[in-house]
Amino acid sequence: MRDVAVIGVGLTKFGELWDVSFREMMMEAGARAIENAGIDGKQIGAMYVGNMSSGQFIRQEHISSIVAEHAGLLPIPSTRVEGACASGGLALRQAVIDVGSGLHDIVVAAGIEKMTDVLTGVATGALATAADQEWEVFVGATFPGLYALMARRHMYEFGTTEEQMAAVAVKNHHNACFNTCAQYQMEITVDDVMKSPPVTLPLKLLDCSPITDGAACVILASAEKARKLTNTPILVAGTGQASDTISLHSRSSLTSLQATIEAARKAYKMAGVKPDDIDLAEVHDCFTIAEIMAIEDLEFCKKGEGGKVTEQGETAIGGRIPVNTSGGLKGKGHPVGATGIAQVVEIVQQLRGEAGKRQVDGAEIGLAHNVGGSGGTAVVHVLRRGD
Amino acid sequence: MAVPRFWREIPNRYNLVGARCGNCNKILFPPRSICPSCRRMGKLEPYRLKRQGKVLSYTVAHVAAEGFEDQVPYVLAIIELEDGPRLTAQITDCNPDEVKIGDEVEMVFRRMGEESQDGVIYYGFKGRLIKP
Repeated sequence: MRDVAVIGVGLTKFGELWDVSFREMMMEAGARAIENAGIDGKQIGAMYVGNMSSGQFIRQEHISSIVAEHAGLLPIPSTRVEGACASGGLALRQAVIDVGSGLHDIVVAAGIEKMTDVLTGVATGALATAADQEWEVFVGATFPGLYALMARRHMYEFGTTEEQMAAVAVKNHHNACFNTCAQYQMEITVDDVMKSPPVTLPLKLLDCSPITDGAACVILASAEKARKLTNTPILVAGTGQASDTISLHSRSSLTSLQATIEAARKAYKMAGVKPDDIDLAEVHDCFTIAEIMAIEDLEFCKKGEGGKVTEQGETAIGGRIPVNTSGGLKGKGHPVGATGIAQVVEIVQQLRGEAGKRQVDGAEIGLAHNVGGSGGTAVVHVLRRGD
Repeated sequence: MAVPRFWREIPNRYNLVGARCGNCNKILFPPRSICPSCRRMGKLEPYRLKRQGKVLSYTVAHVAAEGFEDQVPYVLAIIELEDGPRLTAQITDCNPDEVKIGDEVEMVFRRMGEESQDGVIYYGFKGRLIKP
């Protein structure tokens, strides 16, 4: 496969965007990415759009056609990619494979979710369709419930505390304060998290990522083309994807995501890097326990020490391995189909040195980790400066 | 859940019937068509699971799944059955504060929910703590 680079990125504001439609959001992110890349739309060969559930959220399937049409890019091939909350990461991977194969020179990878046109109960019900409807949801499971089962077991096996989980939310809210696109630009304390209403104990309201509208877009080019178009190409050095059982109960471990471990192994190998080489990471913190498990599974710390290293500030900006500098899913917001692309937008901005007050000094190599469901799908990308 | 979709699973849901592979002897629940280890060499046959198990993890739900709103707070657990398979189930007939990891449970037949006032009533299994 030939080398592939990111040449442009674009993001909408994340939040409850009642006055903005699905179509407007996608065009805003797309136009920003194209402008950022400094290319003409006519140069684009294909597009991949990550989206979990437009059918349930806005009763509209077949959005691939809508996006191509509204972008004025007809008749290029446009493909929707779905893998629950990993839809964005999977769309990026498909776009990387497309450019890498030599089929097209410039390809768009986008992600979008419009979640607030339905009531919260309908939205959580829609999200629950990413779990096993027959054997999990049927007995009363929700996503917070499934992650709470992981959290309780993690506490039992490793002594992780609710305060350590709260430290993830506190850090990510802090980072989000420096991100104008973030849904929550406000500080919270460990005490706020501990006193927030119970959802599925031990998880409380402020352990959970929110329901969010948002869209994100990146433009990929062959590395050869990228070097002609920009002075700061960001190479997609490694991509890894893996699958696991849809039901949490069918997995041998409740405290690791095997799909993350496997996807990371492939991405590290392809990029020729080790976990120690990573300067910063965007990981899938749909719940606070998910970030703790992710930094363990990605080998940024020993198994079982994710809570402890978070509490000690190792994953803060300025720490040993900054995690979720954008605010993560918790602080920036989690428009499920857009999340995997938005993570890569953050990594690219960091590696270019354009992240402003949340900049990680001297960042050369970054990682993005996107999970579908309770871990049935995981996708990991390693990016590095290509100049 | 649509009536036929529930109806198809009644034998498994009402009797805790999984599958056993005649080739590798692995016991699977919920049942499936292909043994994940032996694949086409597998010989799956119905297997009635023993009803004892233990709690591997649990959560107390204060925000319910759709259709479970009148049951909060309820305890949801992952239970490892004596035969090996694991499943997700509620823990019933208990004070939500008394469930612990490692607790022994027996699976009991319970009403799970209903479609509407005049619709189908769903049944299935919940775990009940075995008290010494």
